[in-house]
Amino acid sequence: MADEVILLGYYYSMFDMRVRVALAEKGIDYEYREEDLANKSQILLEMNPIHKKVPVLIHNKKPICESLIIVQYIDQVWKGKSPLLPSDPYQRAQARFWAEFVEKKIYDPGRKIWTTKGDELEKASKEFIESLKLLERELGEEPYFGGEIFGFLDVASITLYSWFYAFETVGKFSIAEHCPKLIEWAKRCMEKESVSKSLADPEKVYDYILALKKKFGFE
Amino acid sequence: MAEVKLFGCGYSPFSRRVEMALKLKGVEYEYIEEDLSNKSPLLLKYNPIHKKVPVLLHNDKPIAESSIIIEYIDETWEGPSILPKDPYERAMARFWVKFIDEKCGVAMWKAFASPGEEGEKAKEEAAQLLKFLEEEIKGKKFFGGENIGLVDIAANFIGYWFGIIQQIAGLELLTKEKYPNLCKWVDGYINHSLVKDNLPPKDKMTEVLKPLAQPGYSGYKPKV
Repeated sequence: MADEVILLGYYYSMFDMRVRVALAEKGIDYEYREEDLANKSQILLEMNPIHKKVPVLIHNKKPICESLIIVQYIDQVWKGKSPLLPSDPYQRAQARFWAEFVEKKIYDPGRKIWTTKGDELEKASKEFIESLKLLERELGEEPYFGGEIFGFLDVASITLYSWFYAFETVGKFSIAEHCPKLIEWAKRCMEKESVSKSLADPEKVYDYILALKKKFGFE
Repeated sequence: MAEVKLFGCGYSPFSRRVEMALKLKGVEYEYIEEDLSNKSPLLLKYNPIHKKVPVLLHNDKPIAESSIIIEYIDETWEGPSILPKDPYERAMARFWVKFIDEKCGVAMWKAFASPGEEGEKAKEEAAQLLKFLEEEIKGKKFFGGENIGLVDIAANFIGYWFGIIQQIAGLELLTKEKYPNLCKWVDGYINHSLVKDNLPPKDKMTEVLKPLAQPGYSGYKPKV
């Protein structure tokens, strides 16, 4: 039986982009359905009743939620091509640890950059940059977080890059100034088609958050 | 020198989770109790990013974050499986752990620790979230099926800590009337030898948790 793979997603979602990158890395055929987050589809609400969020991967009618869980699922099921998680358990634990770090210490303050102002914005920007520096240190001299190969932590982190321009413009800072090696890494990843075709356009992201800021009064 | 060391705190559910996983696999380890108000230089060395317990040290290599440590333990040592082998079941187990840690556990903690309206709101939220777990445990002995698995280990806060907290705070949230299946799981869970032999004594636990049940206490906070 041929696999039926459907992804419920949203163009601007960094979480959704991770799944798109993983699916592209593995060369998996899938149907993509863009959700209107202001008017969520019945299938999204059925497939993710607890969180009602994207991304949701539906594989042969079974839903999997939470982007990092989905990426690990994809890696385990389609293990023949482009392994994402390292084979060594310790390296795997480190990749997972840093992916969680990206969630809690980079994504969360990043969100505050465009939803707050004044002191709160300044605090969030500072935490964001400090965390990026720690992530950059973890990269070291390797081309990717996965070492010689593009791996799980690269997938988990690269989607932030599509939002860098928006963060920098709103937060009034330059990421390249603080983390030049991280920018080099991001550009290296963008040379991969699986990445460049999956990430949202940075200028579109910026326009999108400007519209959201206006709509929700985050100005 | 012990090959496996665990830096932990006896009253931390996250720390106790890792001990349960090690015991399930029959791994011998050296336990180092940390004073969280005066963290040791070794803890700060092995977990410089978060500076928290638990931290597992295996052949001098540190691993932090309880769920990540437990997966490492499952992958490294033989013995009963902690995570399901099937990819879909594995993804679901990870999903429930994340739900417990980031949603349910947080709301339950706030329900007793946050004063006034915030606490009331958290109580309502927790009541809703527990329904999902009630549904999930229906017809099963443990979340892991016939045997204790990853989700059961991660639900130790709900299975053990919360019962004591409810009593201290006079909170009626996790009751047999509202959550018959979940409470049945709690009974089975706290009487399972792996759990029973690996938990702080109830009276000691009550002593430690009592000050936390004072509204507005800002000391010990759940690790999220």
